[in-house]
Amino acid sequence: MSHSLDTPPAQSGAASGTGTGSGAATGTPALEIRGLGKSFPIGGLFSRDSVRALHGIDLTIGKGEIVALVGESGSGKSTLARCVARLEKPSSGEILIDGIDVLKRDRFQASKAFRSQLQMVFQDPFGSLNPAHRMEHFLRRSLSIHGRGGGSETETRKRLEELMTTVGLDADMLNSYPHELSGGQRQRVAIARALAVEPQVILADEPTSMLDVSVRIGVLNLMRALRDEQGISMLYITHDLASARYLADRTAVMFAGELVEEGESLDLLANPAHPYTQLLVSAVPDPARAGSYDPVRRAELRQAVMASTRCAFHDDPHQSCSAEKPVRHQVGDPANRHWVRCHLYRPWAAAGGHALASDPTEPTQSVEPTQSAKPRVEL
Amino acid sequence: MTISQVSFGTHEPVLDVKNLTVKYIGDTRSTTAVDRVSFSIGTGEVFGLAGESGCGKSTIANSIMRLLKDPAKIAGGSISFGGKDVLAMSPEELRRFRWQDVAMVFQSAMNSLNPVLTIGEQIMDIFTTHAGFSRKESLRRAGELLELVRIDPARLKSYPHQLSGGMRQRAVIAMAVALKPSLLILDEPTTALDVVVQQEIMAQIKELQRELGFSVLFITHDMSLMVELSHRMAVMYGGRIVETAKAQDVYANPIHPYTQALMGAFPPLTGPRVPLTGLPDGVKFRNIPDLAEAAPGHFVAPFEPDARVVDSENLEGAAR
Repeated sequence: MSHSLDTPPAQSGAASGTGTGSGAATGTPALEIRGLGKSFPIGGLFSRDSVRALHGIDLTIGKGEIVALVGESGSGKSTLARCVARLEKPSSGEILIDGIDVLKRDRFQASKAFRSQLQMVFQDPFGSLNPAHRMEHFLRRSLSIHGRGGGSETETRKRLEELMTTVGLDADMLNSYPHELSGGQRQRVAIARALAVEPQVILADEPTSMLDVSVRIGVLNLMRALRDEQGISMLYITHDLASARYLADRTAVMFAGELVEEGESLDLLANPAHPYTQLLVSAVPDPARAGSYDPVRRAELRQAVMASTRCAFHDDPHQSCSAEKPVRHQVGDPANRHWVRCHLYRPWAAAGGHALASDPTEPTQSVEPTQSAKPRVEL
Repeated sequence: MTISQVSFGTHEPVLDVKNLTVKYIGDTRSTTAVDRVSFSIGTGEVFGLAGESGCGKSTIANSIMRLLKDPAKIAGGSISFGGKDVLAMSPEELRRFRWQDVAMVFQSAMNSLNPVLTIGEQIMDIFTTHAGFSRKESLRRAGELLELVRIDPARLKSYPHQLSGGMRQRAVIAMAVALKPSLLILDEPTTALDVVVQQEIMAQIKELQRELGFSVLFITHDMSLMVELSHRMAVMYGGRIVETAKAQDVYANPIHPYTQALMGAFPPLTGPRVPLTGLPDGVKFRNIPDLAEAAPGHFVAPFEPDARVVDSENLEGAAR
């Protein structure tokens, strides 16, 4: 299923110009997701019910570009990453790497060629490294499976040391076991393991959320350096808006399995157009705006998210609204490639559950987004 | 008379910790996890304790509750609660002290609720064991308690897995305030939740605090959250407090290089994108001296100027 979009995101490719990587000049995006959908069966063996975790995701990551995907827990961020990494089979849609549809090319499972183009970094560096092996083992394995180690032992050795230097670790640590390293160091090894394959795209699923605050920024800086120096594209999945703003060129906001807004990070967070984005931004603790929590405003935003009756672009003659199709409205300067889904659009009722549906003041577990949430004052 | 009957409205400290030292004693060597830490919390005050993992924040919380187990040992100092020496309490006194006088909310609500009992059974348990109410009375109070944190009392019959993460954390907070303690210890209460839910839980705690008038010891590593919620705060490093002042003062004018680095670890939501440094790997402070007053009410551990972890040009970015 494909959607006709008012502002096709694909064409402009890597025009953002922030990435200085080698491939930034070419037009083909590093990763393109078209109309991706995923539904999970629920209920018993013979049940035909399903929950729709993802629906009609269109997302493009240019070469040498970092795109952040933000949203609350349960909004489908990780499902999207798992589908793109081909750990889950998407129900519909296309995933293009370098312009080639990998779902068609390797129909049943991910091929080695695919794996060498796209690598993942997981959330928990304590769980993703086998405690029984030394660091050298993880990197050497990546190199040998994908044939990137060079011909001889000396070359492999050199490559291993290079990798450690790239991620800011001492080459001596190759002989360490995971328990001897701190969380930040382990996450750096996990990144080195992904880099060993020389991928074009790295999917990083909350890579800093398990790390200590003081080392978090170091890992973000490393990811930034990889983009700037090696032109690696990244999909950075997080629920931390401030870090998305710090790291990513563009930010996409996900709500209930669909993208609702996307744009240049600074612009998106300064001028959030969708009520859900506004809700997320207003919830970030920021001492600079003390007393930011306004229960009345919160209730209004909640209602606007759950059952919007008007769209900010209603009067714009150039951008028609639609309640049936997820029309994308352009926000502000076209250079920012900032779009927002028409507020009038109501997703299909069986969309995935989300925290907003179960308003804490209300006991119902209904996930029906059209249910009208009464504006209420809550504290 | 229980200690919780100490009258509210005074400026007497509810909790007074003096020179607390906690050691983890090993066979061959021992580590000092908390080193001569002193602070006090006034009535109705929210006191924040910030610092990276392993700096001794949770060890302090556990010492106040007397929950430390071997090999941890309180090697020195005193903890007094409402004028009573916590470290000298008998097991029977401790039983009354915990939950009735000081209650604690742990980081993971998932792990602090029993998965095979309903929420109602677990809340009733508090009333029947600690307050000696009848089952019927306990059930009524349990319902009230859930209403207090805006959960439908019908949820008393739910099992923990049937509630969302935010609701579970609310239920745990409700249980903590069930016996109207005069001090609530929050050990990273929102780490596992996302921002929208986090903000609502924090607002909930503030509201409960206004209503019930308890003091809060709030432990987190999220500096932004801490500055928003706390009145006063302390920054810990390696078992020592390196800086303590009003939360707004620490935010506006962090003096110790470690505090500055910690502040610099949180990218701002507004303004231009400035490269931040955080705390570089391998930088360590050792032999942190006692606090000295740097400004009125603002205490900082003296540090060597050349021990600065951030060089002067990055300082602005780090200090925001």
